[in-house]
Amino acid sequence: MYSLLSTQNLSASFGSTQVLKNIQMDFDEFTVSAIIGPSGCGKSTFIRCLNRLHEEVAEASATGKVLLQGHDIYASDVDPVAIRRKIGMVFQKPNPFPSLSIFDNVAIGLKLAGVRRGAILRETVERSLKLAALWEEVKDKLNSQGTSLSGGQQQRLCIARALAVEPSVLLMDEPTSALDPISTAKIEELMTELKKTVTIVIVTHNMQQAARISDKTAFFLLGEMIEYGETSELFTAPKDQRTERYITGRFG
Amino acid sequence: MERHFDVSLRELKEQLVAMAGLVERAIDDATQALQKRDLTKIAHVHEMEKKVNLAHKAVDNSCLKLLALQQPLAADLRLIVAIIKINTDLERMGDQAENIAYNSDRYLRGLPLKPLIDLPVMAEEVRVMVRAAIDSFVKTDEGLAREVLSRDDKVDALKNKIFRDVLEHLKDQPEMIEQGLTLILIARNLERLGDHATNIAEDVVFAITGEDIRHSGSMQTIKKALESK
Repeated sequence: MYSLLSTQNLSASFGSTQVLKNIQMDFDEFTVSAIIGPSGCGKSTFIRCLNRLHEEVAEASATGKVLLQGHDIYASDVDPVAIRRKIGMVFQKPNPFPSLSIFDNVAIGLKLAGVRRGAILRETVERSLKLAALWEEVKDKLNSQGTSLSGGQQQRLCIARALAVEPSVLLMDEPTSALDPISTAKIEELMTELKKTVTIVIVTHNMQQAARISDKTAFFLLGEMIEYGETSELFTAPKDQRTERYITGRFG
Repeated sequence: MERHFDVSLRELKEQLVAMAGLVERAIDDATQALQKRDLTKIAHVHEMEKKVNLAHKAVDNSCLKLLALQQPLAADLRLIVAIIKINTDLERMGDQAENIAYNSDRYLRGLPLKPLIDLPVMAEEVRVMVRAAIDSFVKTDEGLAREVLSRDDKVDALKNKIFRDVLEHLKDQPEMIEQGLTLILIARNLERLGDHATNIAEDVVFAITGEDIRHSGSMQTIKKALESK
């Protein structure tokens, strides 16, 4: 298995408060990795460090390395915007651009990158919406506003938007926490399909979700990565007592 | 702070332990019936076995509910999975006790082939194994569970000795073949009880540690098993 994305001694702070401590992790290509842990453990900060979104917050800083295909994305000559094209992100609340149509919501990334040819845009929008399992539901109303869709459809629209620029990694920060069980199930199915072409790192509070969809799971606590291993093993026989206590609901 | 789930798990364990108590009594009555030539105990075994069957369904039902409603993980999940398996073993142990009672009844209605000699020794060894397996579950005692595993070879050796012994007697008294076969069946029933106790002990180790120790005996044990086939 090829390790597509890695962190080395990754630490992060907000001002003088350190929220992540020396995280070392490898994410294998075409797998789903889940990050679990109680609120405030640093899991969202961690994935925001993986595509340099963390540094967009005032007073936020990060040290250590994040390697994508062996290259440090924090190197001085790297453009963070280019990195975010390679490492896309989907957030907790679906956030389609309110003034844009379904088509433009998906095409926006390519348009910003300078793609103007209609045929390429149409082909990419269709392929991305199909990958996000939304095409059949929206193919006849591509000019409607993205916000006219249901919550679950909006989230899949955001996934299509992220996929349109062909990222190699997709970060998902609690992508189903605002969705009903049917929409959640669709997104979970989608993740299992998507990992054939993209490597997924997902933060989730839902342990059953982590158990269902991920190949590997990491447990974070107080800014530290406590345990990282095969999902089937972590949820049946965790090695660390703190993991055991958290996943059996004894604290957190 | 104790979780509500802990209360449910404790009640489930109590259900299983109560069922194990019934199984132990059934085994005791079945083996005592033969040793003390007491046919009244055979009726007790049948009563116990009926209760064991009811408990078997009740424990499974409780496990199913907890799995569906609590979606347990880690040690909680291992405990419930172990209980489902132990429950099956206990039910089959109830069946074996009934088989012993049935075979004892047949044996006691005929002429004795020989003094029982090793059958009471084997029955006692099995009783100790069963008790230790159940105790290891009640006390969450990994060491005790592993001790149970080490006893199984002795039970197997006693069974083989009884087989040889009965065959020797049958050479001199071929007309007693039916009685001899019945004794062999009882030894076989006892050996199966030992196997179920071993299964329970393995499940207890799994519930406590997450380690699956089934089919992982020493090479010597595996060789022996292959040779005996």
